[in-house]
Amino acid sequence: MFSEPDKEILARRSAIVKHLTSLVSSDGLITDRDGCRAYETDALAAYRKMPLAVVLPTSTDEVSAVLKFCHDTGVKVVPRGAGTSLAGGAIPTEDAVVLGLSRMSRVLEINYDDRFIRVEAGVTNLSITSAVSDRGFFYAPDPSSQLACTIGGNIANNSGGAHCLKYGVTTNNILGVRLVLIDGTILDLGGNSLDSGGLDLLGVVVGSEGQLGIVTEATVRILRSAEAARPVLFGFPSSDGAGNTVAEIIAAGIIPVAIEYMDKAAIEICEAFSKAGYPLDAEALLIIEVEGSKAEMDAMLDRIISIARANGVQTVRESKSAIETAAIWKGRKSAFGATGRVADYLCMDGTVPTGKLAYVLSQIGEIVKRYGLRVANVFHAGDGNMHPLILYNANDPAEQSKAEAAGNDILKLCVEVGGCLTGEHGVGIEKRDLMRCQFSEIDLSQQLRLRAAFDSKWLLNTDKVFPFDCRNQT
Amino acid sequence: MSGDLKPRDEKNLSESIKMAAAAKMPLIVSGAGSKSGIGRPNGYAMSVTTQRMQGISLYEPTELVIGALPGTPLSEINQTLATQNQMLPFEPMDYRPIFGGRHEPTIGGIAAGNVSGPRRIMAGACRDSLIGIRLVNGRGDVVKSGGRVMKNVTGLDLVKLNCGAWGTLGVFSEVIFKVLPKPECASSLALRGLNDATAIAALTTALGSPFSVSAAAHLPKGVMSEPLTIVRIEGFAPSVAYGCGELAKLLGPYGKADLLEEEVGTDIWSDVRDARWLADPAESAIWRLSLAPSKASGIVAHIGRVLDTRHFYDWGGGLVWLAVNASEDAGSKVIRDAMRGLNGHATLLRAPPQVRSKVDIFEPLPPSLADLTRRIKFAFDPDRILNFGKMYSGI
Repeated sequence: MFSEPDKEILARRSAIVKHLTSLVSSDGLITDRDGCRAYETDALAAYRKMPLAVVLPTSTDEVSAVLKFCHDTGVKVVPRGAGTSLAGGAIPTEDAVVLGLSRMSRVLEINYDDRFIRVEAGVTNLSITSAVSDRGFFYAPDPSSQLACTIGGNIANNSGGAHCLKYGVTTNNILGVRLVLIDGTILDLGGNSLDSGGLDLLGVVVGSEGQLGIVTEATVRILRSAEAARPVLFGFPSSDGAGNTVAEIIAAGIIPVAIEYMDKAAIEICEAFSKAGYPLDAEALLIIEVEGSKAEMDAMLDRIISIARANGVQTVRESKSAIETAAIWKGRKSAFGATGRVADYLCMDGTVPTGKLAYVLSQIGEIVKRYGLRVANVFHAGDGNMHPLILYNANDPAEQSKAEAAGNDILKLCVEVGGCLTGEHGVGIEKRDLMRCQFSEIDLSQQLRLRAAFDSKWLLNTDKVFPFDCRNQT
Repeated sequence: MSGDLKPRDEKNLSESIKMAAAAKMPLIVSGAGSKSGIGRPNGYAMSVTTQRMQGISLYEPTELVIGALPGTPLSEINQTLATQNQMLPFEPMDYRPIFGGRHEPTIGGIAAGNVSGPRRIMAGACRDSLIGIRLVNGRGDVVKSGGRVMKNVTGLDLVKLNCGAWGTLGVFSEVIFKVLPKPECASSLALRGLNDATAIAALTTALGSPFSVSAAAHLPKGVMSEPLTIVRIEGFAPSVAYGCGELAKLLGPYGKADLLEEEVGTDIWSDVRDARWLADPAESAIWRLSLAPSKASGIVAHIGRVLDTRHFYDWGGGLVWLAVNASEDAGSKVIRDAMRGLNGHATLLRAPPQVRSKVDIFEPLPPSLADLTRRIKFAFDPDRILNFGKMYSGI
């Protein structure tokens, strides 16, 4: 999974650390093993590596100084937000310095008239919304880890969430970033306006998984919240009924705010955790959320319910209160954590064309059965972004490799039906060696030449995203 | 060598570009040429056009996705989508009214220019709906990025980078868009007689409301006989009626908000989209300023003290369309000075070639950004044959 550490760098460790002390304040540098242990891994906890050192800068200038030093002396850098990557995007290597943005967590400017907020990269996703919610505004992308994950990490992974069916993902909600290149150059991309003046570099930086530079500040759009929102639970006796309901809702011209899907295994796990009232007798559950005034929501729900009835829905239960709404979303957003209580799991993130959902679901069942494992499916049905959770025992190495093999088969299937390897979690190390399933050598070469325009020495998040054996042929 | 390369298909396009690259022969890249008056002029003898590469390559209405070859006329895309009551969300403008061309815009050209319209404030720009591309880079390689699904973070996003790159990095051989259902109904409210600053405050109130405003513009005296401030609400009929009622109450402090008749509303938004009021006189220069709405009226007033201007606002004030006299630098110095430090940008969209060859068309880049842009150009087009110099001199 990891390249061999550079022995020459390891040998220079004390000199590197000594120089870093001159670049950041003393409490912004961690060099002891116990201190570094917290930075060994991320949410892909099966892998861990002790970094050379950890720096926690407090300003863009400090980030720039650290990067320039690392660039000039050939030291690799692994950027880190909150370390919630499910793809190993923040796992360090032994010859790399971790650059964490956790101490850059200030809100810099809120502008309601121009509908933006400017924050440092270490601000958490949820705290952006919290900063503007008293005036009825919110920041739209809402990944399940929003309590912990940072806007810098969201930008790196182009994070989505349950509500991006209506409001889009990170890239659709960012107006500008301050980006530091590996040589220390500080660039402002985008700004306060709705489109960019030159090439859309903001568009390529979002989702680049720390390969191109380190974002230290972001200007993001804030939107006025709808008057109210109401999630409704639809329990189906078959996955087909649920799948067809999704397709017919969209065909009818209705775009709800969210359409989330859970299979029986996921329903049981989430209900045991959240007591949200999910129907335990259902084979498949849809959580569909509509928003607007009461009359609007009633009118839209009438249409949705009649489509669901035509597809054999068993249970329809509308949220009747804010408490119920919170419980319904808590159950969904805790799905990964709740699953972690019953088993270890690998979370896949492929996206498929929504017309292929039913087929892919049944194939996932077959694949996992073939490896003698179990799966729980919980995902964003409206946009085809699947999250099969492959359950296994991490203490059993044979089971671990079976789970990884099953995951690879599932992702290949996603690509075969016209989808992609990852919708919102990123490639990281986890899917790096599958990139050729989706891209030709020519596609990868073009991406690598673009990458080289930002980081010609391959120092930023080096072991991630691109297969090792395609890197020398640009 | 001179003339037009008119490849029939992607393979042919790739061969044409390989040939030009081998000969280090710069090419003018175009679709139907409806936007050929935009950018820095060049004297290249050869061009490559995607006009013959036409057709819908993929349409799955229940998946909200459409794909097409680059030379497909926009009208064909719109008609195809209309059969299923769907639309391109970003309401692309038609440049013909201001450039006077005959040829219908192509979908590849729309993507190359990141061309969006009034609904951009709600549904995103062209770059937000473009989810997949195939393109031929300056080496003649066929490269794909993105795909047909809406959520995709696999590899670097070449889709957005090429959307709005004006063919300087590659030539599209296929473009795939996310689409949306057409709203069941659209209504527009109008306020009358407001000055620019007050009008933008009214639009800000509307856009800060929970009533899903899909377009917001102000048309001052000079483009209208009396100032008209308009907002549009789209959706299911009961929602639209409710939203208009609530919004009219909210806008009360700015005067009485009247409902425009449906046809008047439709016409006026297509005029806003196409900047039709600035088309004549054809000799005038046209600027497009993108900035924070709260800065817009101040900047326009500032520029108006020095230059003779006509203007209107879209995107709630975040987009200013400005017509000025095209003589000398077409107001470039005054406008760029006024925009400095605002975190926005200005584009000289229409001006005679002699003006466009001597002033910056796109927002000038600071040196570090210019260096990076140059390296990116090299990463796609090492021989610098694709629309070389169209956006920036030497890039």
